Amino acid sequence: MKFSIVAIAALAAAWAGTALAQAKDPTIAGIEKYREMLGDDNPAELYEARGEQAWKKKAGPKNVSLENCDLGLGPGVVKGAYAQTPRYFADVDRVMDMETRINWCRMTQQGISEADIRKRPFGSADKPSEIEDLLTYVVTASKGMTMNVPSNHPKERAAYELGQAVFHMRAGPYDFSCATCHGEDNLRIRLQELPNLTKSEDAKRAYIGWPAYRVSTSRVHTMQWRINDCFRQQRLPEPRYMSEAVNALITYMAQTGNGAEYKGPALKR
Amino acid sequence: MEMNPARRTVLRGASSLGALSALVLAGVLKPTAVYAAEWNKAAFEAKDTAGALKGMGAAASADSKDLVLKVPDIAENGAVVPVDVLSNIPNTTSIAILVEKNPQPLCAQFDFANGALPEVAARLKMGQTSLVKAVAKADGKFYTAQKEVKVTVGGCGG
Amino acid sequence: MADPMKIRAQMKGDVTEVRVLMGHAMETGQRKDAAGKAIPAHFIQSMTVDVGGKRMVDAQIGTSISRNPVFGFKMKGAKAGDKVVVSWVDNKGDKRTDEATVA
Repeated sequence: MKFSIVAIAALAAAWAGTALAQAKDPTIAGIEKYREMLGDDNPAELYEARGEQAWKKKAGPKNVSLENCDLGLGPGVVKGAYAQTPRYFADVDRVMDMETRINWCRMTQQGISEADIRKRPFGSADKPSEIEDLLTYVVTASKGMTMNVPSNHPKERAAYELGQAVFHMRAGPYDFSCATCHGEDNLRIRLQELPNLTKSEDAKRAYIGWPAYRVSTSRVHTMQWRINDCFRQQRLPEPRYMSEAVNALITYMAQTGNGAEYKGPALKR
Repeated sequence: MEMNPARRTVLRGASSLGALSALVLAGVLKPTAVYAAEWNKAAFEAKDTAGALKGMGAAASADSKDLVLKVPDIAENGAVVPVDVLSNIPNTTSIAILVEKNPQPLCAQFDFANGALPEVAARLKMGQTSLVKAVAKADGKFYTAQKEVKVTVGGCGG
Repeated sequence: MADPMKIRAQMKGDVTEVRVLMGHAMETGQRKDAAGKAIPAHFIQSMTVDVGGKRMVDAQIGTSISRNPVFGFKMKGAKAGDKVVVSWVDNKGDKRTDEATVA
């Protein structure tokens, strides 16, 4: 009776959504005040500082820094690069998100093996991973800029379409898709409001906060991690790190929510 | 003669660490490099609020509307609860913050001197819904303010 | 070694606002690891803030302060260009001192 579980969940969520739309729940208002009081002081800045050092430090078998890495705006240009990803990179003839691109530079320029890159992409509060530091440094250099994700290249359009298809693909023991939770207005799980990522307005709000430092885990989570966590919650097998499917999903969300001011890395619950 | 609290701290730190004080006297260490060495173990390791207040010497205190405690009514996650305390009580020299239901309620105590205003912002851990209490010291007397913070558990999201 | 602190110090009228972000586990000693073993307490116990060469804040800190602590202070009598020195020491004797300039 898989279907009925989904139906009940959807009904319950829809009911909660209706109640939410009718009157501002004092609990939701309280949570908003909490988020406001958290303010701007974000431990992600510690990641950023380490990431900048790691970016400039000679490392890997080839003992070079990442300072000549081309993040899309030319070799060595970090400022504003994140606001224009995911994008098509001619040198690899594919669309990459920023996390994949930085790792590609680590492999090709520093000579770090793909196996090493894949060994521990997601760290812990006590031991963050190097890509979490590097990515936080790179994304912070786009803070305050307008997201301007390109969609002119055929492969950028193809990635969007693939991402959209994956977003709606139902699978797993619960017969869930990303869209089950993130394809309708005003859904929530307990107190968490779920953005409708098929709509520009919600996708904008969601996208500009990632990567994010979560106070519940005391660490920075990357977008690749965030997608993996959605798969986990759907009880689906964990997708391969930096896979085409994950990059396509990120591209779909980025293009849907394009045009907002980048505010990450955010501080979240 | 009223001693400058910061100066007192230096002396306190130095006297409790013989070796360090010798270094200070020898001019090897500047006095500012000596930390407030006396962590109030009795107050911080107390398992309840009464014990913590006793450890601070603040067993007798009075509520004051001039002590302004700002906390959210609800915390989305108890790992980080923002708090801001401002004392409008004249001659406030210290502010302490406690979470009543934490295993060790006393979170921190801040002593102010040399122009520091009696105001502090911090982030607290809260194991569960609890009263948060601020305690200010002024002219040797203690004043309190308190507010409840509801701690919720999040679901999926972001 | 502990991460360097992030210190912001700005004049707002005649008040200096200082905000400090520290990298620290602030382990309470109450948690257990995956194997069920207690994780020992590891937390910052004291912190000082000096502005323009004067000790302005002298704090004692316990385990109920969040991981990667953030503190905010305000002071009078300081001016742009003054040096802000923040130091902390934890219960294992680890310590850090970092500096910033009032802007």
